[in-house]
Amino acid sequence: MKKVVMVSAILFLCCALRAQESPAGQASGGNSSAVSVQETRMRTLEQQVRTLAAEVAVLRGELKAVRDAKSAEPASDPRILLTSAHVEPGMLPANPSSIPASAPPDPAPGAPQMAQTQTYGGATSNAKLLNPDISLIGDFIGTAGRNNVSPSRSLELHESEVGMQAIIDPYARADAFISFGETGVNVEEAYVTFTSLPAGLLMKVGKMRADFGKVNTIHNHALPYIDRPLATNNLVGGEDGIDDAGISITRFLPAPKNWFMEGTAQVFRGDSSTVYAANRREDLSVVGHLRGYRDLSESTNLDLGISYSRGHSNLGFDFGPNFLTNLYGADATLRWKPLRRAIYKNFLFRTELFWSARDQLSPVNIFQTQHAFGMYSSAEYRVNRRWTVGGRFDRSGHATNASLTDTGFSGILTYWPSEFSQIRGQYRFGHLAVANPGDFSLANEFLFQFLFVMGAHGAHPF
Amino acid sequence: MHRCSFGTRLTAVFTALAFLGALLGPAPARAAGKLKIMTATTDLAALAEEVGGEKIEAESIARGYQDPHFVDAKPSFLLKLKRADLLIVVGLELEIGWLPPLITQSTNPKIQVGAPGYFDASRFAKILEIPTGQVTRAEGDVHPLGNPHYWLDPENGLRIAKGIADKLTEMRPEDAVYFAQRYADFEQRLKQAVERWLAEVKPYAGRKIVTYHRSWPNFAEHFHLNVVGYVEPRPGIPPSPQHTVELMQLMKRESVKVIVVEPYFDLKTPNAIARETGAQVLVLPPSVGGEKEITDYFKLFDYDISKLKQAFDATH
Repeated sequence: MKKVVMVSAILFLCCALRAQESPAGQASGGNSSAVSVQETRMRTLEQQVRTLAAEVAVLRGELKAVRDAKSAEPASDPRILLTSAHVEPGMLPANPSSIPASAPPDPAPGAPQMAQTQTYGGATSNAKLLNPDISLIGDFIGTAGRNNVSPSRSLELHESEVGMQAIIDPYARADAFISFGETGVNVEEAYVTFTSLPAGLLMKVGKMRADFGKVNTIHNHALPYIDRPLATNNLVGGEDGIDDAGISITRFLPAPKNWFMEGTAQVFRGDSSTVYAANRREDLSVVGHLRGYRDLSESTNLDLGISYSRGHSNLGFDFGPNFLTNLYGADATLRWKPLRRAIYKNFLFRTELFWSARDQLSPVNIFQTQHAFGMYSSAEYRVNRRWTVGGRFDRSGHATNASLTDTGFSGILTYWPSEFSQIRGQYRFGHLAVANPGDFSLANEFLFQFLFVMGAHGAHPF
Repeated sequence: MHRCSFGTRLTAVFTALAFLGALLGPAPARAAGKLKIMTATTDLAALAEEVGGEKIEAESIARGYQDPHFVDAKPSFLLKLKRADLLIVVGLELEIGWLPPLITQSTNPKIQVGAPGYFDASRFAKILEIPTGQVTRAEGDVHPLGNPHYWLDPENGLRIAKGIADKLTEMRPEDAVYFAQRYADFEQRLKQAVERWLAEVKPYAGRKIVTYHRSWPNFAEHFHLNVVGYVEPRPGIPPSPQHTVELMQLMKRESVKVIVVEPYFDLKTPNAIARETGAQVLVLPPSVGGEKEITDYFKLFDYDISKLKQAFDATH
């Protein structure tokens, strides 16, 4: 091998020497014509060198311009701010216009810092791939007018609901909704859903809104009105409703043709706002819900449900363990949404009925059960892509005193700048019972609401 | 005492129910019956039928004339999803507003995200308009992963069909030859059809059009059309007067004579623009089933191309 290399080298050298010798040989045998040829070549070479020098100068100028443009802002200050850096007062130049735009750039120290920033950002974005879908829904409510029974604040950021949703593993997903209100933080819902159970079971474990009727399952921001119906406030625990830590099992049930039937059974600890209170470990509350659904046509469908719930009332253990509250509910929803114009026109009518049977002590300390009834009916119609009009009628007895009945109605107008924000106004009239049967107070109020959604695009409830 | 034990007994009942459910186990797989395929859109069902033939039953959740961004998660779909062996989705967050709860509530482990029966067709397609840099909703309802209307490029249709054929083969290895033959046949027919379609649109290459929504980038790229503007100021944002005026000026300046509108959008603004600019409004279905006669993937392009040609000829 070495020999081959040496032979090749010698051959190469010979060729090179011969190549150098040949013009000399020509020259030696030549005369004035050969000299003129050489001069011409020299001139050509000089010309080429000048052209190259000019090109190098142009390229240098362009390179400088590019460097200046790139480094005009950061190069003025030796401190480079990383995206994660905390900016202290005085770190930034007081007068940005004083930065010399053509400050000589110093790429050498800048380069590693830039690389560091990029590496840091890259690592973070990779880590984000496994983050849950995060969203925040802001709910700002204003109220004007007269309400002496249950007045609300003039202006409030009613709640900021942070939602986090993710698939946990091949068998489960989790959803958490944490509500930051004016008075504190509340885990509105946080549960894991097991999606791969046998026998068609769907199990949820955690804190969740109970499957009692319709309105109890809907978050504030997803309601078609600003407030909740009077029946919810009087009989089913108010804004939070039946919302407790527990276990839920749902299963599709055999159904007649073209019907969809679903049954849900839930067990909760037994603490739900004003509805239930668990004084002992055994004071669990339960909820059962049966849903029937049918497509009447491609654009119209009917959704029916009956619900039952039972738990211990909040009178306290001192009065004995036998004070229970039984709640019964029935709901019906009729939807119309033509598929070709679904985003422009749709209509929804919903009504829910509630019966409450609450064990309590009468004013003279005798065991009694108060039977109260409440209902609401609401309708909403989407006029076009941006406007929806709606109305609601309310009537409800008080859970603790069924002889007191509140009545009300509302008119609602909603404007949607986009899918991710909503502006709503609601006129609300109330004929509200006060302490003694027969006495009442009239409420006339105007409510307005601004809703905004940031982050992941959550699924719309059906 | 009778009432005290209520909670305890109920917990016991629940536990017993759960155990009973566990003992019952999953329903035994249907042997050699037709594979039940649910798809998010009609186009994916059409592609599945091309390669699956009589060995499958495919049904779409969304209809071809429905906006696939906004579909109601009706419980009636749950029963179908529960029985599905395979769920084919468009992906790229097109169905994010309605499909996730349906998948979760279907109680079908086979089609959960990441399970073997969950098939994201976008993984096989060439995706356009993937945003770079910062993505915000100031740009409207943007799809951060790219434009999800990719099935309107027939080459993507072929790629997806190949993916479906491979998936079906994996699920039913005994029918591998059948699926391979169906795919080969589809490939041959589609390539011939694409040649024909390209020849048909060749005289109109580079024609400028305006579309309502950004549904057509793949179609426009494949058939050499030039989309110069949109009726929506931003994706998912309804037309505004200012944007409409600007669009009309642009159309006059660029001599744009055709406004393509998907069948689920209101024609009021496009008609007003057309009156002002002398353009023609063309309702063009982007999906199989968008019109009665569009019964398969080939007829979708047949229909759209023939309508486009008519519109170009009429406005020349």
